[in-house]
Formats: sequence, C-alpha cells, structure tokens
Amino acid sequence: MGQVKPESLEDLSEEVVRFPGGGLALVRSDLLFAWAQKSSLWPLTFGLACCAIEMMATFAGRFDLDRFGVILRPTPRQADVMIIAGTVTIKMAPRIRTLYDQMAHPKWVISMGACANSGDHYRHVYSVVPGVDHVIPVDVYVAGCPPTPEALMEGIFALQRKIMEGASARG
Amino acid sequence: MPAAEVVAALAARVGAVPFTLGVDVSAPDLLVTLRALRDVHGYRYYVCASATDRSAEFELLHGVRNLDTNDDIWVRVHLPRDAPEVDSAAHTYAGAEWQEREIFDLFGLIFRAHPDPRRLMLPDQYVGHPLRKDFPIDTPWGYRPATVGAPVAEPEA
Amino acid sequence: MTSDVEIVERDFGELALNMGPQHPSTHGVLRLVLYLRGETVLRAVPGIGYLHRGVEKLCETLAYDQLAPVFERNDYLGPTSNSLAFVLTVERHGSFHVPRRGAWLRGLVAELQRVASHLVWLGTLGLDLGGALGGGTTLYMYCFREREKILDLLEELTGTRFHTNFNLIGGARYDLTSAIGAHARGLADGFDAMLDELLSMSAKSGVFRGRTEGVGVISRDLALGAGVTGPVLRGSGVAFDIRRARPYDAYAELEFDIPVRTAGDALARFEVRMAEIGQSARLIRQIVDGLPPGPICSRKPLKNPKATKLAAGEAYAAVESPRGELGVLLVADGTSQPWRLKINAPSFANLQVVPLIAPGMLLADVIATLGSLDPVMGDVDR
Repeated sequence: MGQVKPESLEDLSEEVVRFPGGGLALVRSDLLFAWAQKSSLWPLTFGLACCAIEMMATFAGRFDLDRFGVILRPTPRQADVMIIAGTVTIKMAPRIRTLYDQMAHPKWVISMGACANSGDHYRHVYSVVPGVDHVIPVDVYVAGCPPTPEALMEGIFALQRKIMEGASARG
Repeated sequence: MPAAEVVAALAARVGAVPFTLGVDVSAPDLLVTLRALRDVHGYRYYVCASATDRSAEFELLHGVRNLDTNDDIWVRVHLPRDAPEVDSAAHTYAGAEWQEREIFDLFGLIFRAHPDPRRLMLPDQYVGHPLRKDFPIDTPWGYRPATVGAPVAEPEA
Repeated sequence: MTSDVEIVERDFGELALNMGPQHPSTHGVLRLVLYLRGETVLRAVPGIGYLHRGVEKLCETLAYDQLAPVFERNDYLGPTSNSLAFVLTVERHGSFHVPRRGAWLRGLVAELQRVASHLVWLGTLGLDLGGALGGGTTLYMYCFREREKILDLLEELTGTRFHTNFNLIGGARYDLTSAIGAHARGLADGFDAMLDELLSMSAKSGVFRGRTEGVGVISRDLALGAGVTGPVLRGSGVAFDIRRARPYDAYAELEFDIPVRTAGDALARFEVRMAEIGQSARLIRQIVDGLPPGPICSRKPLKNPKATKLAAGEAYAAVESPRGELGVLLVADGTSQPWRLKINAPSFANLQVVPLIAPGMLLADVIATLGSLDPVMGDVDR
C-alpha cells in the first residue's frame, strides 16, 4: 500500500461506478477508515514548554491547521493525536502516560522538538526524561528547537501518510 | 551596593560583617536582621532567596530591597553541612515561602517553623537534593531506558 | 412566621477540584488544587515543578560562553531577557566592555520580544475569559497575527523565530542592516493602530471589564512582601521598573514612561501591559532612529569556550523581562564554569501570590487572575 496517497474518494476507491446523478464507489473498509481518520486528526491541547508556543502559532491565523481537519480538543477522551510539545520531566511523565491511556483508540503521538525527542541539552539532568518515547510510543518525531510551524505541519502530514499506509498506532 | 549606614547599623545590632552584596550574620540572628531591615530600614520588598553548597557548609542568602532608595541587601548565613537548619523567613516576608521550599527541595536545608515544608519542584517521593555538589547531575531516577510503551509507575520513596 | 416555601440550603461540603497540569487555562503545566464550597474558593494549592529542568544544576556543568542559549529556554515568551540577564551579570562581574551599538541592539530585540510576549499573554487571556468575549479565540487569532509580524522581523534579523540567541558576553551577535531597520521602524509605527484594534476587542467590551475589574486584587503591601514584580507590581501602584531604577544597556539614554495603575486588580495589570506595548514601540523607534555606529561586540569569536574565566566572588544583575525583574545571582569560583547560578524568576514571584489571594474568590475569577498574572511555567520551574 506504500504508493497509495488518495486525496479524494475517487482516488481512494479501486472502482467507481458512475450513475446519472450519483456515484458508487467500492472501497476496502480499512482504507476508508484510514482516510477518515487522517482527515480529522484531533490533537489534545497539551503544551509543555517552548514548543507549545510554536504549536499555538501553528493553530493560529497564518498557518491555520483547521484547514487540514486538525482541531484542538481539550480533553483526551475526544482526541486522536497527542502532540508532545516540550520537555518531559519525571514529575510530568506519569501524567502523560495517564493522558495517553485515557485517549480512545486509534491514537497517535507526535513528538515535537528536541526535548521531547531526546531530552535535548537537558537529557542528562536529574529531573528530565530523555525523550518521551521512554513513556509512550511515538509515531512521528519532529526535529527542531523549537520546530517551526512548517516543521510541525510536515510532521502532521507525515502522520497522515503513515495512517494511509496502514502502519497506524501501536495501540 | 548596600547602603553603608544600614550595614553599620546591622553591624552594631547583630554583629553583621559586610561582603560584596550585603552582610553575613550568624544563623540565630537571621530573623532579627530581616525584621530590622523590613521595619526599621524600609527594606520591605522581597527579592529572592538562594543557597550555595560550599562543601564544608551551606550558604543561605535572602535578598531584600528598599524601593525608595533602590538599594538591595543580601543577608547571608552560613550553615553547617551536617545540621543545615535555620529559621524560616516566610512569616516575615510572604515571598520567602516558596523560595524556602525550593531550597529545601534542591539543597535539603531545613527551615524551622515553615508553614508548608514540602518539596516544591520535584515529586514528593524523590530521594536526594540535586543541587548539592555531591549529587551527580545525571543521577537517573525512576526512568531508565525501558521498553517502549511500558507503563510508568510512580516510583517508591 | 415561616413562609410557605421553605428554602433549603444544601451543604455539599468541601470539594477538591484538581486543575491541571493538563488544562488549557493554566498556561502550561501548572497544577492548582482548588478547595471549593459551591463556587467559592476556600483554598488554592498550586503544584509546580512539572517543567523543572534543572537549569541551575546544568549551568554548573557548562562554561560561561555556552550558557546564554540554555538560558533562552527558561522563559520562552521573552527568551532574550533571560540571556540578557545572564550576560549582564557576567559582564558586570568580569568587567567586559559592551560597545554602544551592541547594547542598543540588545535593547531592540528585548523590546520586540516584550511586545510579542504581551501579545501571547493577551491572546491567552482572551482564551481564558473564553465565552465571555464571544468565543475568546477572536482575541487570540488577532494577537497571533500581529505576533507573526514581529517573529518575521526577528527571523530576518537573527535567523530564528524566538530563541534568537542574540546576546553574547560583550555585545550582540547580529547586526542590523538598514533594510531590517526600516522593517522594524515600520512595524513599530503600526503598533499604535494594533493597540487600538486590540483594545476595541478587549477593554472596550463591558463583559471584559466585568470579568477583570476588581478581580484578583493584590494590595500594595502584599505586592511588596510577596516580592511580585513587573506589570503585577506596577498594577498595584509601585512604580518600579528595572529599566528605570537600574538602567542597563541603552535604557539610560532612551526616553520612556513607566505605566502604573493603583487598583491592583486584573484590569489594572491588563492596562499596564497594554500601555507597555506603546512604550516599547516608542523605544524601538528611538533605537532604530538613533542607532550609534561602531562594532556590536567587544570580543572576538571564540575557539575555546573554556578560555573565559571569572574571578571568585558574587554578583547580581537583573533586567526587566516582559514578566518583571529577571535576575541572575552568580557565584563564581575562578574557573570557566559558575559555581552556582541562581535565577530569580519573575513568574515564580508572581505565581506565589495565587494561594494568598485566591480564598474567597469565585472559581471563574481564579482563571481570570491567573491569566492576568501571566506566568510562564518554564520560568517558574526552571
């Protein structure tokens, strides 16, 4: 499925039967669900540090993630994606795990920025977890300190491609 | 630079010895000094507290400011390493409460009669006081590289 | 006589409500445990440290010249102020010379970031007040639109959007070309119109005033004893600004006013910050127009960061960050690394008045108060 990158229902379906005034598409259900999931990724409002400010900027007017169906949800029960934006400390890590466990399946995690990826220059510090992947599984890593909004958007697109390729969450 | 006459007054009252940023006083005189600064000399604004690990002893500094004369004075006490106990300044300056909690957390200094003597920055179960010099910066605690996705429990005390 | 209808007041007792560390209104990873009776707060117990990154310990392991970028990550809304406080302390203790042009440029970036920081504060305050302002996101969207313009300028000048890494021990890292200067000047000229627009969405709304007027009052005495700082202190009637009281860099040569309000409530702090944006615009215009010629840094690029050694001793220097007095207490021991660095964080001082003023407040007012204090958790926890 690696090459399939459907953009519309017509791209998605393997067979489209056209009737006058309507259409019928025959689609594999997993592909259809993946297509629906990637088109409405709802991240959890969850900022930790500097990267959260860039995340806010990405959701604001200029970059406008709403147009990709990415809409912030303040509760983990409604969220599909967790964007870990900032340094994960030992005090915060159990909370992150709880929030992750509270999210409904299917769910994905984007690790945003050097701190969440690896701990950055804090990785040796006594109170810092060297990378959020010690706590929860991560699907996409976005590099930068902090990543620009464009980089975060590319991370979200990468996750969408990953969902379409069927290699979705481990949960 | 602290005002010379304030330093002289403190020297006469509690035997304070001046240093670069303020005065050294003995630990039992700390509260007397701070109250004198607040009530007599007009140092009503609390700047912050800091501690330093000098291996043999700890230094504790309280910074206070007189906003009218724009002077800072740092009151420093020296505490022995084996029994680092001192009176809490939280009842004199409200701003000292969290500063002292942070110093207790990171240095392990004990503040007598502190209103809320708990850790501030680190989890309550944390063992050790990381800003002490004998505490290695990369002391792992609770989170060793584990299998991805393993649940993370609160470590025991 | 008893009336026909007996009013039964049911007492449900005390409710402990946990807010955060994941909550959209806590400005990061602040945790507040609120003990409520009905909707009235009896006690508020903040829990901090969820972003404690051990910066002070980390600083003890790095050389002086490696530290400025580490400092920028503390208060991530005004990064330049952090590194500025650090380089000022080192410069004062080590007697490093700062060329005049470098000092003025540092002021330019600091003032630009002050405006950007206040815009984030206003946008998130709008989100906090939420539905009262017609969804709240209006203010947020407009503030971030304006902030992007400032970040564009910073990107043009320094290559990054907000962790500019602009300050060096002994000067500034990047020089201002005439084209960037004109860009900055044009931007600052637009700030007054921007302020009018933002005020029309906030202060001119009766709902906004109702949510902030008389809310979260910090008296002058409490402000002094608790050591609150910056716009919070000036909102409580104390005209203290480090830029005026202990001028650093270019501020002794520049003209600006210190906005002060005496009410001590959330509205007063709002008004102080809004007025500060206007003063920052004034400062930026003065800096761009009167920028002195010459070098921007007194030191050559370093090959070995460990070569800079400071004599043993203590030093304290502070700057006026967007949130208030940001000071660095340096204890040097004669080597290339600090023996101890204490960061006096303004958000820390401002946040600790919350448990002191919260009892008796309504739950919704706690959110408005918190928004008006503008804490940045990276600054609180360090």
